[in-house]
Formats: sequence, structure tokens, C-alpha cells
Amino acid sequence: MSDPIAQLIFLIIKAILMPVLIVMMVAFIIFFERKFAGFFQGRVGPTYLGPWGSFQSFGDIFKLLSKEDLIPAKSDKAVFRLAPYIIFIPAFLVMAVMPFGPVGGQANLFGYRFDYVIANFDAGLVLFLALGAIAVYGVVLAGWSSNSNFSLLGGLRAGAQMISYELAMGFSVVGVMLMANSMSFVDIVNGQAGDFWHWYFIPQVVGGLIFFVATLAELNRTPFDLAEAEQELVAGYLTEYSGMRWGIFMFAEYVNLVVISGIVSTLYFGGWRAPLEVLDFIPGPIWLFIKICAFVFLYMWVRWTIFRYRYNQLMSIGWKVLLPLSILNLAVTAIVVSVAG
Amino acid sequence: MSAERPTLEELKERKVLSRQRVERSGEVMTVSMGPQHPSMHGVYRAVLDLDGEVIVAVRPEIGNLHRGVEKLCEERTYHQIIPITDRLDYLSSFVMNHGYCEAVEKLMGVEVPARGRYIRTIASELCRIANHIMWLGIHIMDLGTQTFFCICFRDREYVLDLLEMLTGARLTHSFGRIGGVAKDLPDGFDHRCRKVIDFLPQRIAEYERIIKHNRIYYKRAKGVGIFTSEDCYAWRVTGPPLRSAGVARDLRKDEPYSAYDEVDFEVAVEYQGDVYDRFLVRMKEIRESCKIIRQCLDNLPDGPFLARDVTHSLPLKKNVLRDSAAMIQDFYQVFQGPLAPKGEVYRAIEAPKGEMGVYIRSEGGAKPARIRFTTPSFYHGQALPPLVEGEMVSDMVAIFASIDVVLGDCDR
Repeated sequence: MSDPIAQLIFLIIKAILMPVLIVMMVAFIIFFERKFAGFFQGRVGPTYLGPWGSFQSFGDIFKLLSKEDLIPAKSDKAVFRLAPYIIFIPAFLVMAVMPFGPVGGQANLFGYRFDYVIANFDAGLVLFLALGAIAVYGVVLAGWSSNSNFSLLGGLRAGAQMISYELAMGFSVVGVMLMANSMSFVDIVNGQAGDFWHWYFIPQVVGGLIFFVATLAELNRTPFDLAEAEQELVAGYLTEYSGMRWGIFMFAEYVNLVVISGIVSTLYFGGWRAPLEVLDFIPGPIWLFIKICAFVFLYMWVRWTIFRYRYNQLMSIGWKVLLPLSILNLAVTAIVVSVAG
Repeated sequence: MSAERPTLEELKERKVLSRQRVERSGEVMTVSMGPQHPSMHGVYRAVLDLDGEVIVAVRPEIGNLHRGVEKLCEERTYHQIIPITDRLDYLSSFVMNHGYCEAVEKLMGVEVPARGRYIRTIASELCRIANHIMWLGIHIMDLGTQTFFCICFRDREYVLDLLEMLTGARLTHSFGRIGGVAKDLPDGFDHRCRKVIDFLPQRIAEYERIIKHNRIYYKRAKGVGIFTSEDCYAWRVTGPPLRSAGVARDLRKDEPYSAYDEVDFEVAVEYQGDVYDRFLVRMKEIRESCKIIRQCLDNLPDGPFLARDVTHSLPLKKNVLRDSAAMIQDFYQVFQGPLAPKGEVYRAIEAPKGEMGVYIRSEGGAKPARIRFTTPSFYHGQALPPLVEGEMVSDMVAIFASIDVVLGDCDR
């Protein structure tokens, strides 16, 4: 078997395994979110299904699948059906460019070279930002097609919010790009080789914080969960959705959570690299998994702790604080990088 | 100084911005918020005219929970009305019993023994604490934090346990009786109650650490939903919203009833009249309530807790099967009811949500000819339009929560 054929087989295996693993992970993340929420709130969370209640998500999926597929009579039916997938599919695609282990190095499997990435794409960062922008369409279309005032308000809020925060996010990511001198995730991780003080979160601490805050807005989680603010807009753009269509939205949200956690750890926390080189004997995917779990926990922690901003406050933070700060961060990074060569 | 205690004009100035927003509004979208809406606290319905996120006009609709309480009361004897009053403001049931009993006692001229008055004060203040803690949880949940809601419910549980120990019920206590209360303090109540009221102020300090200096809460609540004392008078808004506008009106001080003139406490007053100050006022009130309960426990007089009034109050249940006089009294009270003289009375007390008044017109006999409850939630619910017009949708839920409306109390 020649090397290209082996690479193709590996690629197919990776492309199948990655979504499956994410789906399994999401099922358990939903369970853990509920369990942690319970612990934060002095409750126990789900307990019945499976050991420690851990099969709760599967029960939920079964329930959602068995529900009636309800489409509002006056909705735009084609768009109403399409909207969940516009959010769902881009969520997965980003994982294709994220490295979960060494690429192009010594690593091999059965004697063939094995790259721990599905697609070593040169403009991975741009792809990530572009796919994030596509998801906005899903939210806005879902809100608009439902033909409900609450959905419309939620969709518009989400649209405005995600676009505003994407700017700050884009500018803060450019700092990393300049430091790695590349837009490829593989090169960015390679740029952070070494112990944890080589990771970008130390030189890019401002950019990293801006990125983290912007991802909170991108994920529609508190303090920026205005799009589905339960107490104001019932469920925002999800108001008219039910059954598995609603399930797909929820699912996409959690896939996004995993993906964004992966992106944060790749851009600022060394991706699959061990915090100390001594610990390199533990394989890369495991480190990436640990980091993703840590960030997912952080996002949960934030969600169950703090308040929600008002709409105009959210906008003023995005435009008046985060955007100027991220541009400043970019300018400083550019100067430092060009002076230091 | 003016930042601490703004004058009426200064407060009015601060509302100019929201008025301008209403004047500048263009095309509006009408949204029906409620009756099935997560933050309408029951079945309140508000029809909103929105220009983007700004509320241009509100048309509140109440009455979805109307149960004809006042009409029901006309068909019952004075004793039988007590459980109905529980269902007015079901989050502070005993206070409702209390207000009703005060009015009936005024009508019939019944003297409540000292111990009865003290126990009533203790139970009322426990209800006030439970109500304010619950309010805090819901108010914060409307601003987006569900965790805090659970923390508040956990702490409310301690108070509800006390009330359960005292009255036998957690929600609808039916503990008041004409001429006193249903039961004496149970064994061990004193000890447990002291433990709770020693521990609650620490919890309040903890809440304040979490919320008072929280930047997001401050931004969401400060200067939002300003209601000046003038507005409060115009819309008959009482209780914590009135006190947060700088008016030290508290019926417990101004027209003392029960044991309130024998205990020492302060009226919580703040001056900005916004959501944030309503929060501060309620937190202070919980502390003052703890103080009142402690004083009542310290000075609890001995003696009967229910008036020995053969014509107007029930006998003690334990005597009914042993003492023939008590049995006759029980028979009369249950089958005929307490006989009231002709006349009309109005009696108002300070419920946790505001002033709760009871008007009774009697034409003799054991049933009232007309009974009218003037409950705070009704007036607070109708004051929503001037409170929220010109504010944003997100603020509306915060403001609506901050004036503390319970629909059972509002619709009756």
C-alpha cells in the first residue's frame, strides 16, 4: 500500500471518528452541565438514568426524537426547516483544521506517516472566522422565519451581537497570527513549542481575554445570552422550535462550546502540547481533551455565576471597550514583533 | 450630598432620557408579554408597544387569576374567611391573616392578649423575611442568574421550617384567629428561631457581597425604573418602592398595631427610587425583621395567646371536649359564627409588599355585608406603565420584579 492511499484511509477514518467523538463528548457535556449546575445551586442534578444519571442526554434525545414535529402555520416553512442546519454544520467543520497532535513529524501508524489533523489548511483561522459568521445566518433566519415577535427580537439581538463581537474576536486573533507568522492552526501550535511559558496566553494576555469574552458572546452564553434570554424573550429565536429541531439547535450550541474551547486552547494554550516537556509521554490528543474539558468547565462556571447584560450595555462593551482594546493589542503586537524580528 | 439624597426635581431630571426615547419613537411592534411568560410572575399580561428594544407604551391586563375572593367572603362567617385571606398573597400568608384579624377585631372590639400580639408579630416578621428572600431570588433570576435563585430558596427554607413548626403549614398558614393566634409557640421554637435569626444577617451580608457590588447588577439596576415619591403618591405605590423613594412611611411605625410599638426598629429608607435602592431597602428590612423577632422573643409575655372572648373568638381546641362552656362556645362559633355589630371599619397593616388594607361593612350577624381588600400588588401592577415606558425590554423584567407583584394578591 503506497503512502497516498494510506493517507486517504487515515483521512476517512479521522473524518468519521472526529464527529462521532464530538457527538459523544457533547452528550456527556450536556449531562455535566446539568450536573455542575446542580452542584453550583445546591441540588443534585440528574440522577435516574444510568450510573450517576450519566445517560440523561440519551434519554433526552430519545424524548426529543419521539416528539411531534411542529411547524407554525404562518412560518416560512423552507427557511424554518433549513435554519437549524445552517448552525449545525459549520459548528462541526472547524474541527477539520484543528490539530490534535503532531503534524508532519515523526509520528507514524503501522509504518505510515500519520498527521494528527484532518486538513492542514493554510488559512485555518480565516476558515474559523468565516464559519462563525455563517452561523449568524442560522440564528437570524430562525428568528425571522418563525413569524413570532419574540423570535424576531431574539434573532435580531443575536445577529447584531455576534457581528459586533466577531470584530473584536477577529482583531484579537490577528495578534496570535502575527506572533506565529501564519494563519494555519498547525503552525500556531508549533509556534508555542516548549514549556507552558512559551504559550501565547502570556504575551497575548489582553488578546486572549478579549477573545474569551468575545467567544462568550459568540456562544450566546451568560453574560451575553440575550438572544435566548429566558426572562425577557421566552426563548428568543428558539421560541417556536420544538422536538428534534430544537434539539439540533441545542446540540449545535454544545458542539460550538467544544469547538470554541478547542480553539481557545489551540490559539492561546498550546493546543495539544503538554504544559511541561517532561510530560510529553502523554499523547497530544489527551492533552487537547484535558484542555477542552477545562475550558468547557470554565464556560459553565461563568454561565451559572453571573448576570446578563442589557442589550445596549452589551453593544457598548463590544464597540467601545473590546474593539479599541483589541486594535491596541494588535498595534502593540505588530510593533513588538517587527522590532524583535 | 445631592448624590446621596437627590431632591424631587433631580430625580425627575433623571427620567427625562426615557421620556425622550418615547417621544422619538417611530414605528412600533406590538408584543404580548404574558400571561404565559417566564418572568410575568404568574398570569400578568402586558401588551408592549416596542420601538426596537425601547418600550413605547404598556397596557397591563390583570384579572386572569380572579377568583372572586371578596364575593366568597360575603358567604362565610368571620372565622371561615381566614383561610381565604391566605390565598391573597400566598408568599406571606400570615400577614394577610394578620391584617384581616386586626380589621375584624377593630369591628368587634376584641382585645388581643399580649402574648397573642407578640406571636403575631413574630409570625408576621418571619413571613416578611421569607417574602423578601424569595423576592430577591426571583429578582436576580430575572436578571439572568439562576444559581442565586437556588441560594435564596435554600435560605428561605430555614424560615419556612420555622413557620411550619409554628403554624403547621409552609405556605398557607391560616394561623391568625379573631382575638389572637391558633397555637402557642411550640417547644423548642425559641431556640431554633434564635439560631435562624442569628444566622440570617450573615447570609444577608453574603448576598450583599455577591450582589451589591456586582458591576453587572449595579449597571442593570442603578438609575433604572425611577419612581419618585410624587409618582408613588399618584399611583398609590407603598411599601419598599415608596421607602426607596425617600419616604419613611411604614405602618408598623406610623400606625402601630400588634407589638410593633413595643419593639425598637428602624424604618429602612433609601433616596434614589430606583431598582437598586429597592433591593437595598428590602435587605435592610430583613435585618430589621430579625431585630424585631429577637426583641419579641426576649420580651415574650406570659398569659393567654387567644382572647377569652366568648362571643367572638374560638375556644382552645384542647378544652372543647373537657369543658362544657368551651364546648358551647365552640358550637356557637362554628355553627353560628361571631356576631359583629353594625358598622364599617378600615384597617391597614404593613404587608411585605406594601400597605394591605381591609375594609369591612357589617350589617350585624356573623357574615360581612361587604369586604374589600386593598392589596399592594394590585396598585403596583397598575403602576407598570409609568415605570417602564421609555425603558428597554430587559429593564422591564427587572423593574417588574423590583416592585414585587404577586398575582394572587393582585387579582384576588
